[in-house]
Amino acid sequence: MIPSLIKSREGILAAAILALLLVISTRFPAFAAPKNLANVFNDTAPLIILALGQMAVILTRCIDLSVAANLALTGMVVAMLNTAMPDLPVPMILLIAIGFGTLMGLVNGLLVWKLDIPPIVVTLGTMTIYRGIIFVISGGEWINAHEMSPAFKAFPREVILGLPVLSWMAILVVVGFIILVGRSPLGRAFYAVGGNPHAAVYTGINVGRTQCAAFILSGALAGLTGYLWVARYAVAYVDIAGGFELEVVAACVIGGISIAGGIGSVGGALLGALFLGIVKNALPVVNISPFWQLAISGSAIIIAVAFNATSNRTKGRVILKKAEHAL
Amino acid sequence: MLANSQGIDNVHAHATQGAAPVLSLEGISKSFPGVKALSEVALDLYPGEVTALVGENGAGKSTIVKVLTGIYQPDGGRISINGQPVSFPTALDAGKAGVTAIHQETVLFDDLSVAENIFIGHAPKTRFGLIDRAAMLRKAKDLLDRIGAQIDPKVTLKDLGIANKHLVAIARALSIDAKIVIMDEPTASLSHKEIEETYELVERLKAEGKAILFISHKFDEIFRIADRFTVFRDGQMVGAGKISDVTEQDLVRLMVGRSIDQVFPERSSNPGEELFKVAGYCHPTEFEDIGFSLRRGEILGFYGLVGAGRSEVMQALFGVTKPSKGAIRIDGEIAVIRSPDEAISHGIVYVPEDRGRQGAIKGLPIFQNVSLPSLKKTSKNGFLRLAEEFKLARDYTQRLDLRAAALDQDIGELSGGNQQKVVIAKWLATQPRVIILDEPTKGIDIGSKAAVHEFMAELAAEGLAVIMVSSEIPEILGMSDRVIVMREGRIAAEFEGGDLTPEHLVRAAAGISEVKS
Amino acid sequence: MSLASSTSQVSGRQIPDRLRSPLQRFLTSWELLLLGVAVAVFIINSFASPYFLDPWNLSDATFNFTEKALIAFAMALLIISGEIDLSVASIIALVSTAMGFAVQLGADTSILVLIGLGVGLACGAFNGFLVTGFGLPSIVVTIGTMSLFRGISYIVLGDKAYTGYPSDFAFFGQGYVWWVISFELVLFAVMAILFAILLHRTNFGRAVYVIGNNPVGALFSGIRVSRVKFTLFLLTGLMSAVAAICLTSRLGATRPSIAFGWELEVVTMVVLGGISILGGSGTIPGVVIAAFVMGMVTFGFGLLNVPGIVMSIFIGLLLIAVIALPRIARQLLARRRT
Repeated sequence: MIPSLIKSREGILAAAILALLLVISTRFPAFAAPKNLANVFNDTAPLIILALGQMAVILTRCIDLSVAANLALTGMVVAMLNTAMPDLPVPMILLIAIGFGTLMGLVNGLLVWKLDIPPIVVTLGTMTIYRGIIFVISGGEWINAHEMSPAFKAFPREVILGLPVLSWMAILVVVGFIILVGRSPLGRAFYAVGGNPHAAVYTGINVGRTQCAAFILSGALAGLTGYLWVARYAVAYVDIAGGFELEVVAACVIGGISIAGGIGSVGGALLGALFLGIVKNALPVVNISPFWQLAISGSAIIIAVAFNATSNRTKGRVILKKAEHAL
Repeated sequence: MLANSQGIDNVHAHATQGAAPVLSLEGISKSFPGVKALSEVALDLYPGEVTALVGENGAGKSTIVKVLTGIYQPDGGRISINGQPVSFPTALDAGKAGVTAIHQETVLFDDLSVAENIFIGHAPKTRFGLIDRAAMLRKAKDLLDRIGAQIDPKVTLKDLGIANKHLVAIARALSIDAKIVIMDEPTASLSHKEIEETYELVERLKAEGKAILFISHKFDEIFRIADRFTVFRDGQMVGAGKISDVTEQDLVRLMVGRSIDQVFPERSSNPGEELFKVAGYCHPTEFEDIGFSLRRGEILGFYGLVGAGRSEVMQALFGVTKPSKGAIRIDGEIAVIRSPDEAISHGIVYVPEDRGRQGAIKGLPIFQNVSLPSLKKTSKNGFLRLAEEFKLARDYTQRLDLRAAALDQDIGELSGGNQQKVVIAKWLATQPRVIILDEPTKGIDIGSKAAVHEFMAELAAEGLAVIMVSSEIPEILGMSDRVIVMREGRIAAEFEGGDLTPEHLVRAAAGISEVKS
Repeated sequence: MSLASSTSQVSGRQIPDRLRSPLQRFLTSWELLLLGVAVAVFIINSFASPYFLDPWNLSDATFNFTEKALIAFAMALLIISGEIDLSVASIIALVSTAMGFAVQLGADTSILVLIGLGVGLACGAFNGFLVTGFGLPSIVVTIGTMSLFRGISYIVLGDKAYTGYPSDFAFFGQGYVWWVISFELVLFAVMAILFAILLHRTNFGRAVYVIGNNPVGALFSGIRVSRVKFTLFLLTGLMSAVAAICLTSRLGATRPSIAFGWELEVVTMVVLGGISILGGSGTIPGVVIAAFVMGMVTFGFGLLNVPGIVMSIFIGLLLIAVIALPRIARQLLARRRT
């Protein structure tokens, strides 16, 4: 089912990641130890979750730049809720976080669907608005570890079967996405809308509504990550995850998700996020200043997009009979 | 417009006795700003029979397909299925009513698998509401087997050739259990073997009781597989009946019209010396061995079926695409043309077929469209001089009898015919030596058509060399001094003088070698 | 047919040049509406705070927008042509870092300026090459170079900062030409005029509009689309360098986080100025007024002790509202008609 071209693209990325791990582990074997790799995965979990949400949006030819702001605002809301009502059970908080994130995704989606405003403008706007609202509701104050309830902070770190809940959440989202994107009519509609919006209309798919659904999905996952993030780092303030939206887009682009829509896979987004996560965690280990990280991810984006473009060159019309057989 | 009824006389008009039509159109009309695309046409399709829809480009064939598939809403008339009146407000409604179309440029999803392309929108589901992939693959395989297609339902659509994409589209048509299948030039870009397979498929669909509307320009295949025919000309139904009752000649005559009911400008053909010569122009996939010459004051027609490679040749001459081999000489001197601006500086200009995308710059006012390729002349040291631009626009739009409210009006607000006048004006303003017009009157109203024709004659009289690509036989016959016919990316024939007849053109374009009767 | 008959009434005779005079056009333009907003903001501000009308305060306020506006002019052309450059703030960081590095080697002011402009041009050329040479989407390319350019600054500087700029270098960001008129304000005015002429009065500017409205049609009309787009990326890189020189001079120091997030403010300024994000339309005067509006709002809120982040809510709402309101109005009109 997975198109062969994408399979090979993922294969190349997976090989690149393995080669990277191999090179690092020859000099620093401790890095490739299972325990450390689990740590790297846990560290990358928020990026994985957001990259999958972003993938849905990009598949439909849109982009969501508001995910990091959504994450930060939701994080602040649940943190404040927790300080006000320390007894609120964690499942309730999870529900509220997802619900709140969904709402913000819905705002983006409706503006794109009903008013037909370019997604980049919509999410550029909501990104600054959501960030601003954090300041308004918090008054610019930090919410620190001692103000949060122990249960609130413990949830993402709780270890089940050797992995923290945060990692399990990422795994859950990955599995959910494999089913959603591969097996549900909505997931396939994402591909149809992005791949050929014109033809999608012919097959009875509502383009705007599908795009709105993608934004809602992205928003819900940002909300979920908002709680996990704030609880894990045990702090909430205006600027958490600042600029993270670009890292999320970078993970998608590196993972081979075409910004033109319609092309991409869950595996690709996962590998793209893992690549960035491994680079980030490996730099201090191999004694390269972490300040290299930004430049490396930038180069990776450029290389990835150039690579995808050359493999997707559009062919001209074939009229000559002999040319048709030669292809 | 003159009445065209005279063409029907030797044809058994309308339905013969026997089975009732499954789908029936009556009095369907459809107008666009400035053009009447369909005027009170009728069309009947019968179960288990193939009806060929024949007509020149612009006769209204694609419009009727869009009406039948719910893309266009007719202005008037009735559609009924099995005697029950129906309407198709959206594409989905047409599909639900059992009408499906297999388009020339297959509208499907390149990056999805074959099975998904067949089942998108109505995939089999498991009890959890998820797509049942196993069932989908199995059913896709069944459908593909049923039409004898050797395609793995798991592969991605873009990895298939055009012929196989058609088969996928047909499988999709079968998957929604269509009663009426519209095939829009299904063999236009297929190889001989693939065409044979398509014919077998049509036979199989017939055997299943489907009513098939088969649109084609190729007479041999019409006579081979169709049971009935309907001929459109200029948006009107000019004949219908059983294929067994007519000859190829009858159809050509109906299609072209016995008399050419358009008046073309009188021209005294008096070409001067040779101005433009193309030798051995080749392209890896689009055309090969294109060579011809053109004299001052001459109008050279290029005829052929859609997809024969005429536009591709012209765009290569204009520098949009690069040929792999070949040379152009202007006035005996080699001209190297690698981009449109080099073509323009050599005095070669191109009025493209795709007016909306390649010709008119919608969003900009008329005068800026006209002055665009002449900015070097109207400006001074790179600075715009609006007064000069307006002057240029006034001069040339007046010559073409443009109808517009003002010269600063957005070109997108004009009718197709007037947009075309602006595009032609824009190229004339560059004072070219060679002007290439690609389907210059496609989709424009009769009045503008006449103005464009008039103007082409004037240009030739002034000593320009004119190349006109056209798929309309009356236009080709009415305007050209000489006609080159292209087929499958090559020059198939050249006609001049007394040889220039509709029958010759149609035969050369379709690749029919001998006259059947 | 009805259309043909209605237009035939004006046929046969000369077509007038203009349907509406330039004045009529202006009276229904986006720019006038924006000007109204600017005046309103000005009046509200002057009532809200007694300090607003002080000439020196007003002069200080211009620094809120001059540097961003310099980039916005070039960005406006780029967006009109259908492309975008999200790496501008990172170009500032790289240019500033290069200049700071040169300072450590003892370069004087003229050398610093040359290095700054050179690095800016190089960054623009890199973006332009990736977009036009490989045919890559500019939004992705410049998200990549955004990380790359600033990333290089981080590699060079880490958590340190460059200081010690020569004293005459301070003029660009801190100098005054006459009374309260700063060098930056003069530069802003000169650049506004130059860019307005370039976009509205030259063949090059016309080509930018043509490409933005119909890139294929532009190619078929003999415009060298790739060359124009490449030039626009160069220009954007250059103007980012000019802004970097002013900003570095004003701050007197270079940190890798310099001008962080400016790309979004610049894009907001351009879109608020009436440039269509889809390309093809908009004017430089619009951007100039939008710059003033954003500067005034920021300054006014600042006088009222409203923190910057809250102002950003306002800017974000403004960005969405200016695009949404005309669309809502159009939808309502269409609904009434049917």
